[in-house]
Amino acid sequence: MILPYFVVIPLLAAFLISLISGKKDNWAIILAIISILSLLIISIVGFIHALDNNVLYELSDWDIPYTICLVMDSFTAFMLVIIHLIALTSLIFSISYIRHLSRSWKYYSLFLLLIAGMNGVVLTGDIFNLFVFMEIALFSAYALVAYGNRSEEFEASFKYAVMGSISSTLILIGVGITYSAFSTLTLGKIAEMVPETSPAVVNWLRAIFVVGFGLKAAIIPFHAWLPDAHSSAPAPISSMLSGVLIKALGVYVIIRLFFSVFGMPATFSILFKVLGSLSILVASFLAINQWDIKRLLAYSSISQIGFIVLALGIHTPLAVMGAVFHILNHAIFKGLLFYNSGSVEMYLGTRDLRKMGRLSKLMPVTSATAMIGTLSVSGMPIFNGFFSKLLIILAAIQAGATYSAIIAVLGSVLTLAYFLKFQRYGFLGNDEPSPEGPKVSLGMKTAMITLAVLCVLTSILIIPGIRENVLTPVVDDIINKAGYISLVLGG
Amino acid sequence: MIIYVLCFILLLVGLYGVLTKRDLIKIILSLSIMEYSANLFLILFAYRQDGVFAILSKGEQAAGMVDPLPQALVLTSIVIELGITAMLVALAVRLYQKYNTFDITKIRRLSG
Repeated sequence: MILPYFVVIPLLAAFLISLISGKKDNWAIILAIISILSLLIISIVGFIHALDNNVLYELSDWDIPYTICLVMDSFTAFMLVIIHLIALTSLIFSISYIRHLSRSWKYYSLFLLLIAGMNGVVLTGDIFNLFVFMEIALFSAYALVAYGNRSEEFEASFKYAVMGSISSTLILIGVGITYSAFSTLTLGKIAEMVPETSPAVVNWLRAIFVVGFGLKAAIIPFHAWLPDAHSSAPAPISSMLSGVLIKALGVYVIIRLFFSVFGMPATFSILFKVLGSLSILVASFLAINQWDIKRLLAYSSISQIGFIVLALGIHTPLAVMGAVFHILNHAIFKGLLFYNSGSVEMYLGTRDLRKMGRLSKLMPVTSATAMIGTLSVSGMPIFNGFFSKLLIILAAIQAGATYSAIIAVLGSVLTLAYFLKFQRYGFLGNDEPSPEGPKVSLGMKTAMITLAVLCVLTSILIIPGIRENVLTPVVDDIINKAGYISLVLGG
Repeated sequence: MIIYVLCFILLLVGLYGVLTKRDLIKIILSLSIMEYSANLFLILFAYRQDGVFAILSKGEQAAGMVDPLPQALVLTSIVIELGITAMLVALAVRLYQKYNTFDITKIRRLSG
């Protein structure tokens, strides 16, 4: 059984790094890359396997309602592939970027703990276990945000930790109410018992979990921590947080709870549409206002999460496919754009768009890949962002949700607007700025080029024939609540 | 019922502290109060009228015992909260070194 290895390998590697590395970070880098690479390979193998038959792993010899179980259906495996893909490029990018801050193995140890926590959240089939893994991931995220040792970073990390703890407390209360209403913590068993339970209790639980996990996903009324935390963290960590963490801890859990466990009644479907539309519009307007390159990208993350939440509110199979595809695409292009901002920050020593200028001569690779990322995020055809936004808009029209469709179109136009600002001032300006820091290294270029190529390559997932083999099974597993219950309880 | 209401008031006291206090240490303390109330909620859910502790020995009936699972959950969550509190205190110390104050209205380099 491969499932426990997704938690065991990064956890073991994280502590092994602290034992074997002395003052230098060479062994830490090698060990971290080996473990993430092996995890990427087994997650791809696991995804291919999970397309046909889903996997259940029980952590002890007892039967299901008493033991903790790990569940892998194709949606879980899809998330695992995304996590490890971004993690691998992020590690390759980190090597020279983090050395420019400090040469320490602690970064890699925390990084692997973050991966262990996220894998646990994605895999687990037990709601309290989910809470524990979530805390592991958040704990290392707080430390990594403060890694650069500057005063803004401590401030952002403190804010993030306080907001995160409030939502975790809320989730813990939700877990307590769940246990008192259902007398079990296994998600599959809860899903089976939901129809027999009083709707009032279930609705309260849904509300608590929307707020709790909505804060982790940074949906708009709960977004205040994200721009600070994501713009203060080191660039590879920003791309991990924006690309993967808010999805694994926020969106993934919301999808799991609302589609597989508690179900989504019409009230919550409307709530999701409203929250999604708010996120898209408000965050876009806030992003237009920003001059700090990483803050602009952080606000853009909130707005793109809005698209996913809006699609979840529409609730048809096509919309869910759009949401799942957008999760993958957003991870890829937002990861890429944060790497670009990181290399600009390292080379020029500034994050202010007004102090940048014509960078195509100074940093050809960075500006070329930034252009691809921009085209992709603003939804130009042949790049992946176009297809996922198109799916969401089409699904909205098909489901008769005209307002949602209008807001999604408006959101795409606004995305184009603030990314035009990003390009115009950041990369296509008039004056040539003078470089201050070290040159962009080969590893950083490799990470950027890999993700830029993936920006184009992942659009083939939409082609009929490939779509049926990759995205459709994922959507089926999300929609099919009875399948999840029988997977967990059938043994 | 009254005891649940009191526990909820404890939660609100903590939340009030987090939202209104200006001192970093007081915010951390308020956060701890919130977390204690969450733990208390879990223990209250598990309590049974006239229940005894959940250790199965000879001559004891399992039916009369309180539910031990939430107690195990609370034990785990206390450990997590200890970690979070230590982390927050460490951050507060570093913030004090950088800014020479615990007042959050003076610690504002980030905006918007």
